[in-house]
Amino acid sequence: MTALPALPVVIPLLMAALLVALGSHLHRRLMDLLALLTAGSVTGICAYLTYKSSHGSPIVYWFGNWTPEKHFALGISFVIDPIGGGLATLVAFLIFAALLFSWRYLEAVKSLFHALMLIFMAGMCGLCLTGDLFNLFVWFEVMTASGVTLCGYKSEEHGPLQGALNFAVTNTLGAYLTLTGIALIYAYAGSLNMAQVSQTLITHPPGGHLVQIGFLFLVAGFLVKSAVFPFHFWLADAHAVAPTPVCVLFSGVMVELGLYATARIYWSVFAPSFHASEGALRTVLLTMGVLTAVVGALQCFTQRHLKRLLAFSTISHVGLMFIGFALLDSDALAGTAMYVIGHGLVKAALFICVGILLHRFQSVDEFELQGIGINSPWTGLLLFLGAIGLSGIPPFTNCVGESMIDESAKKMGLEWLSLVFIFAGAITSGAVLRIGARIWLGWGVRDEEAISRASQKAHLGPETEGSHRRVPWSMWVPACALLLIAMAIGEIGSLRSATRTFSEQMLRTADYNALVLEVTPMPSAVRLDPGEFDSSIGKQVIALAIAVLLALLSLFPNLLGSARKSLGNLVDLALRPLKAIHTGRIGDFVAWFIFGIAAYGAILLLCTK
Amino acid sequence: MIFYVACAVAAWLFLVGVYGIATSDNLVHLVLCLVVVQASTYVLLSAVGYRHGGVAPVFADVTQTQTTVDSVVQALMLTDIVVEATVVALLLAITVQIKKRTGIVDPNNVNLLRG
Amino acid sequence: MKFPLRQLLFFVGAIGMAILYALAFAHLPGPEGLRSMYRDVINLQTVEQRHITDAITAVNFDYRGFDTLGEEFILFVSVMGALVLLREEKDQGGEKVPDAAWPARSVPPGDALRVWTLWMTGPVVLFGIYIVVHGQLTPGGGFQGGVILATAPLLIYIAENLEVFKRITSHEWIEIAEAIGAGGYALIGLIAFFYSKPFLTNVIPLGPGGTNINVLSGGMVPLIDLTVGLEVAAGFVVLLYAFLQEMLVKQGDQ
Repeated sequence: MTALPALPVVIPLLMAALLVALGSHLHRRLMDLLALLTAGSVTGICAYLTYKSSHGSPIVYWFGNWTPEKHFALGISFVIDPIGGGLATLVAFLIFAALLFSWRYLEAVKSLFHALMLIFMAGMCGLCLTGDLFNLFVWFEVMTASGVTLCGYKSEEHGPLQGALNFAVTNTLGAYLTLTGIALIYAYAGSLNMAQVSQTLITHPPGGHLVQIGFLFLVAGFLVKSAVFPFHFWLADAHAVAPTPVCVLFSGVMVELGLYATARIYWSVFAPSFHASEGALRTVLLTMGVLTAVVGALQCFTQRHLKRLLAFSTISHVGLMFIGFALLDSDALAGTAMYVIGHGLVKAALFICVGILLHRFQSVDEFELQGIGINSPWTGLLLFLGAIGLSGIPPFTNCVGESMIDESAKKMGLEWLSLVFIFAGAITSGAVLRIGARIWLGWGVRDEEAISRASQKAHLGPETEGSHRRVPWSMWVPACALLLIAMAIGEIGSLRSATRTFSEQMLRTADYNALVLEVTPMPSAVRLDPGEFDSSIGKQVIALAIAVLLALLSLFPNLLGSARKSLGNLVDLALRPLKAIHTGRIGDFVAWFIFGIAAYGAILLLCTK
Repeated sequence: MIFYVACAVAAWLFLVGVYGIATSDNLVHLVLCLVVVQASTYVLLSAVGYRHGGVAPVFADVTQTQTTVDSVVQALMLTDIVVEATVVALLLAITVQIKKRTGIVDPNNVNLLRG
Repeated sequence: MKFPLRQLLFFVGAIGMAILYALAFAHLPGPEGLRSMYRDVINLQTVEQRHITDAITAVNFDYRGFDTLGEEFILFVSVMGALVLLREEKDQGGEKVPDAAWPARSVPPGDALRVWTLWMTGPVVLFGIYIVVHGQLTPGGGFQGGVILATAPLLIYIAENLEVFKRITSHEWIEIAEAIGAGGYALIGLIAFFYSKPFLTNVIPLGPGGTNINVLSGGMVPLIDLTVGLEVAAGFVVLLYAFLQEMLVKQGDQ
């Protein structure tokens, strides 16, 4: 164990440096192969580490061999527990799928694309595995820098540049606020190691509101990364212009990592110190989650740019995940973990389908592509499957997650949260069903004016080279595989039991501190059973039914006659202010950022008893 | 006392920088306002590391028992400064390209991603 | 969103944030009360344990060396990003000439400027290398020294013109040097695996200690300083070259 925990980060970094050094002398296939091998090996290593840490206690790895001296942490540690390790495995696996999609056909500048993807992977894996606050910040910055470059990759057009600039400015601003939070916490606790800080906060509780404000500032950057309302504006812009494999990663794992970092910081550092304000924190997080889910879903339905539509659906589902986290309960956390896995896989598959469309027909506009999908039927099947998956129907994994979160919410008397789940699931699923029907079945009124408006608007050129007549195997195989896995693993009882067990372990801060600071070893986690939860699928069927209804209503405006028209006008009027605030201007985003932080801080402080 | 003044300066720099970004009408100005926000974090970190009567933690001619300022904070800032310089270079590269492709430098006019 | 509305949103938020800041600072004990265990432990140990007198470099490259590896790769990614974003379109070919839109120097650099600047280039390079190599003894290190080294070609550009600058800096091996610098740090960390120690453990003999601390002390730290210095210097030169390239346009486009 002296080498393995460091490798998920070190191997991709080394390979990236090697690819850049040899860049112009390597054949494209060799570059693809090296990148795929790296991603595959990192997936394997992360999976093994997850397995190892689930039999025994979390793995603690001190870099530079700086083990704690007299229980004071000197160096940087990786603390690998099954939740973090599992997320790292998902990250590496999605990178593998994205690299497979870009095999051979994606336009690449020397070896820079592959190197950037590998460094992106290293940053994300580092964030999942680390146990040190500043180290968390460093890997967050690595993710932002490589994400910005990958987003603006097609710099010949001005769309990607604007998206990249929005991404860079908002995320960097969030990062600076996180650094401010780190400075505040360091000032009080005198250490940067999560366990050490936690221990100091327990033994010397600070007065006043330092804990709440420190937590809020620390977590601000990760909230921006997670695209929580009102920090979510940049995500849709970035998705609309990034190349497809990059979108796969953004939606599949990057936003979920913001949630993971927030959860890790809360449970490993602040949880015991928050006992008085736990209710207030729950209120704030629930507000965040519900607002994000609702705004994301509403915006999602009104989009016609396929990638933007999927981006807003990601924002909506991240809102649902935040609701799961907001309950601050181990079963809800387990449900959130399952939801993250399920949603990540399904969303990645959906983006790959859109990428296939882009490859074949060079457009991502819904109206432009109307009816054309008949030439590519299997992709349509995958898209419909993914659309159904979004609504939370079994056997998809996010169904299981949703049920666990619902169960937890019921225990706390918050049953109305399941309505939010139905709402978001129905609307996002309906939007994707709508585009599926329009593109593949040719349904819906053909709006010539809308199509001409689309061609006037600058839309992105092709991102792939080679013949556009066929869909290469390297493109549809990942999509298939992702959907199949999403459907299969939800039913594995041992996965459910594992997430429940290790979510419970993640909540035990005192044991975490004792393990990391070498006071006492952590007792083996008590295996929990898969858990009883309401496995009736009534709610999900309702969600799917509403989704189908919404799709049909928006495709055929003449259905239901004049009642539908007046309802449509009403909805339009209500949604207009929402659309108006999504201006695409950095100045607005930044103003919302400051306002959002202040507002959440105010709620947190005012609700504290 | 100086500690609290430094903290106030850090807060002020942060808010002023963000104000600059929010109301900017030139992309280069916007990126440089981000540098101002960055400076606020450095001021705060330095303030956190300060000790009364402390000298620099370089023990070439200072004995180890003398009061020194915090070395960890300075280490954090040091790498950050150089690295953020390159991140700003990245942002300026985006700005240059935007000007080249569209001729626009006003962030309020770059609004293709609406709605 | 209308401009006044944006400003209103900002000001409400700013007032709220100012209050949050004030509340946070109010409960920080002043400099005397702040916990300083981390600093104390490191400051007391670094000379004996690591034979390094510059505690900041020790923290950067030894105690928290893994962070610095990540930071170095942020630099690497940003330089690559600037290259990716400033690249030319595929169909651009042909000769590049200075853009006539950039006003030529109204006053060409005088002889005094040229002589002094070119004479200073040598000492600047020497000083940069000195800073890099003595990082563990006095304030300095790879990052600072690398930036100083990168200013040397810039001085040449100021004294001469773009053509001379291009002749020095447009070689591919500068990009390769940057990659070697970045990968070198990770490779040095891997040495520890041969001693069955975790990544980045300082396993190289520590060299002279006590009052004889010199350039060879500190074990791995001088080596890491060299690779980081190489990477930072090469990275900044590549950046400068990419930006200055922007001043050229395709012949006939003027």
